[in-house]
Amino acid sequence: MSEGAFRTPLSRVRGSGAAHGGTEHFIAQRVTAIALLGLALWFAIAAALHIDSFEEAVAFVRDPVNAVGVILLLLVGARHMMIGMQVVIEDYIAKPGTRTLLLIANAFACAAFAAAGIWSVAVINFGWGY
Amino acid sequence: MASAPESERPLSPHLQIWRWHPTMAASILHRVTGVGLYLAFLAFAGWLVLLAMGPQSYGWLDDLFHSWFGQLKLYGVFAVLAFHAANGVRHLVWDTGRHFAPKAASASAIFIIFVALAAPAALWLILTQGGRP
Repeated sequence: MSEGAFRTPLSRVRGSGAAHGGTEHFIAQRVTAIALLGLALWFAIAAALHIDSFEEAVAFVRDPVNAVGVILLLLVGARHMMIGMQVVIEDYIAKPGTRTLLLIANAFACAAFAAAGIWSVAVINFGWGY
Repeated sequence: MASAPESERPLSPHLQIWRWHPTMAASILHRVTGVGLYLAFLAFAGWLVLLAMGPQSYGWLDDLFHSWFGQLKLYGVFAVLAFHAANGVRHLVWDTGRHFAPKAASASAIFIIFVALAAPAALWLILTQGGRP
């Protein structure tokens, strides 16, 4: 069968094939990876060096640069791991219903934990009387 | 399809057939450490929430961080992060088309496994021998 017998001109221009997408995930996975090389390693080392108690942890998160860094880590990390876990689920879970449920749970979990983390950074910086 | 007879056709060799080699180990470890870091991220967000809830809520976590078990876990997470980051760099290099030949890929796989082991050891040395800034 010649290519294009059933394909619309728009489909051919988009060039995404039967999967309808994937390139944007491929690129996003790598761009977030580059950002996380800085963010994740910075946080792990800085936290190990500077945080050894509740007070030090609060002081760390109250530093403006650290606060912005932690929020970026939450946002970029959630995006990176959502795509990564999606690939794992798609690889190993063949049953359509289970797969869809897990993919939705994955997206919800990543968004919820990132939001909870950002809320916490805001509370630590602005939420207390002391 | 359920009643179809057992196929006589040969199957491609599955995981347990292959001899373990460095690139395969690195590939599998990348996925395992990725899932591990997913859980670590959830714990990281949980740490922030407990921190925001105040000292009473944070107390047990502080105790955990100072126990040998908690310390081992933290160094473990650092090793896992180091591996995933190092192998991520390896993938980014591959994306440029470089060092993808079998010998180079094997050598870099062995190298990053050492990086992952050396990273927590280096951090431990800095924290225990160098003194905190």
